[in-house]
Amino acid sequence: MIQLLSPVPPDVLAVEARGLRKEFVRKDRRHGRRRVAALADVTLELSRGECVAILGQNGSGKSTLVRLLSTLLLPDGGSASVFGYDVVRRDKDVRRLVNRVSVEASFFKKMSPSENLHYAARFYGMGPSETSERIPEILGRVGFPPDRRGEPMENLSRGMQQKVALARALLTSPVLLLLDEPTTGLDPRSKLEVQEFIREMRAVHDSTILLCTHDLGEAESLAERVGILDRGELLALEPADELKARYDAATLEEAFFAATGRGFEDEEDEHDAEERKVLA
Amino acid sequence: MRAVALSVRHELIGLAGVVERNVYLTRRYIYWDLAFFVWTVANTLTIVFIAKGIEAAGGNIDVDRATTTLLIGAVVWAYLGIIFEFLTETVAWERWEGTIEYTFMAPLSRAMHLGGSGVFAVLYGLVRAILLFVVVAAFFGLEFEDSNFAAALVILVVASISFFGIGMMTAVLPLISPEKGAQLGFVAQGMLLVVSGVYYPVSVLPEWMQWLAKISPATYALEGIRAAILDGASLGSLWHDIWPLLVIGAVCIPLGLAIFNRGEVYAKRNGKLKRSG
Repeated sequence: MIQLLSPVPPDVLAVEARGLRKEFVRKDRRHGRRRVAALADVTLELSRGECVAILGQNGSGKSTLVRLLSTLLLPDGGSASVFGYDVVRRDKDVRRLVNRVSVEASFFKKMSPSENLHYAARFYGMGPSETSERIPEILGRVGFPPDRRGEPMENLSRGMQQKVALARALLTSPVLLLLDEPTTGLDPRSKLEVQEFIREMRAVHDSTILLCTHDLGEAESLAERVGILDRGELLALEPADELKARYDAATLEEAFFAATGRGFEDEEDEHDAEERKVLA
Repeated sequence: MRAVALSVRHELIGLAGVVERNVYLTRRYIYWDLAFFVWTVANTLTIVFIAKGIEAAGGNIDVDRATTTLLIGAVVWAYLGIIFEFLTETVAWERWEGTIEYTFMAPLSRAMHLGGSGVFAVLYGLVRAILLFVVVAAFFGLEFEDSNFAAALVILVVASISFFGIGMMTAVLPLISPEKGAQLGFVAQGMLLVVSGVYYPVSVLPEWMQWLAKISPATYALEGIRAAILDGASLGSLWHDIWPLLVIGAVCIPLGLAIFNRGEVYAKRNGKLKRSG
């Protein structure tokens, strides 16, 4: 286990965002230079050990939220903290507690899964004596075949790569796991394996999970509460049953439609979403 | 106290991790490296042959001394190229692979992250520079009876501190411009060497360029290495080249880190880290 330099205080919220806002500058011929909001005054709380799913179309602000919480973006307004540590002022403490799995399993393609994991582990202070035992064990737990651990990542299927991405996240024992569409593009079997792994992370490691997804069934089966993020605004965040009841809907898809006025599968280009959010 | 020791240990493991990764990648791309080495040898030969060309054109010069002078310039150019390339690729390569966000969200200080790239670049660059020197010197049959190679190596290592600092400044460029930033590193390399007397004495430069030469670490590196190899100068007699290198290094490292940190804040403010999504 890695030794925690940033202790997790008891009785604090795992995630606390207040009026969180993020804008980007966009330039085009029609409008010239302008600021557009990717996230508009989002307020949310996650308790320790909770799993919350955020639903939203492409360009709704899901990835921006994940990047703000993982210190990869700086907010333009409001505040966010992870286990009491402010994501701007105490960013290094936050980084020790957080890890992320995104839709793209990003690795050095010429390096093997084992080499990629050794590299990732070093950044979290894990020396060779720790990783030589822990990496084979973790790859085994995510169901990665032992005979392929030395192959370059570029030879592996997308599902296999995503298993290595999960192993990378598990390796650092994160107390907050940010999952940004972790099953998008996976075949049904790989999808189920990833979902099973998420359940295990919660059961065994007491991790808090923020799951951004396109998969309504996944959100309903894994999360205690489901949020709807639309055009940068968090329209609702409550248990799936309450969400359906609030919008008088039989399914989450109907609830999403009622909340946003659009179908869930009506993919929206990020640019189009931003077009409507011109602030200046 | 224990927390500080643990934190230092984590940082050093992180630094070693960057070196380890570069070893993995160098192994994977070893044949490409050999191909680039052949290119570097060919490029160096085209420069070093100039000494023989001057003699053939009727110039009255000490050909071996001129050949060695040009060879040292070409080797330092190649060495500096490797340092800048590795440091600039710290960001550019990770962006291309898509790993940059995972690296930047890890709890490792940027000094150690870039330091890992710098340590590997210096070690790898020294191996390449020594090989290049040996191969081209053997090609021309150069003899070095009185040369002080140990002193030349010390000068190159001391100069590397400054080169590392300047390399950090160029490493930030791909953060600001993902498409063209990496290429701008070559501009910095060229600017540094043109004012430093890479193939000619600094005294032939216009006065304003000579002033720039005084603040370029490459000037003192080239002077010191040439004095050690051509005249067998001892380390003690090279102190007038070593102390400016130490001073410039002491300024360049914190300045490079500060500039990189500013670039990182800019990238995080404007969403320049992300590759897609």
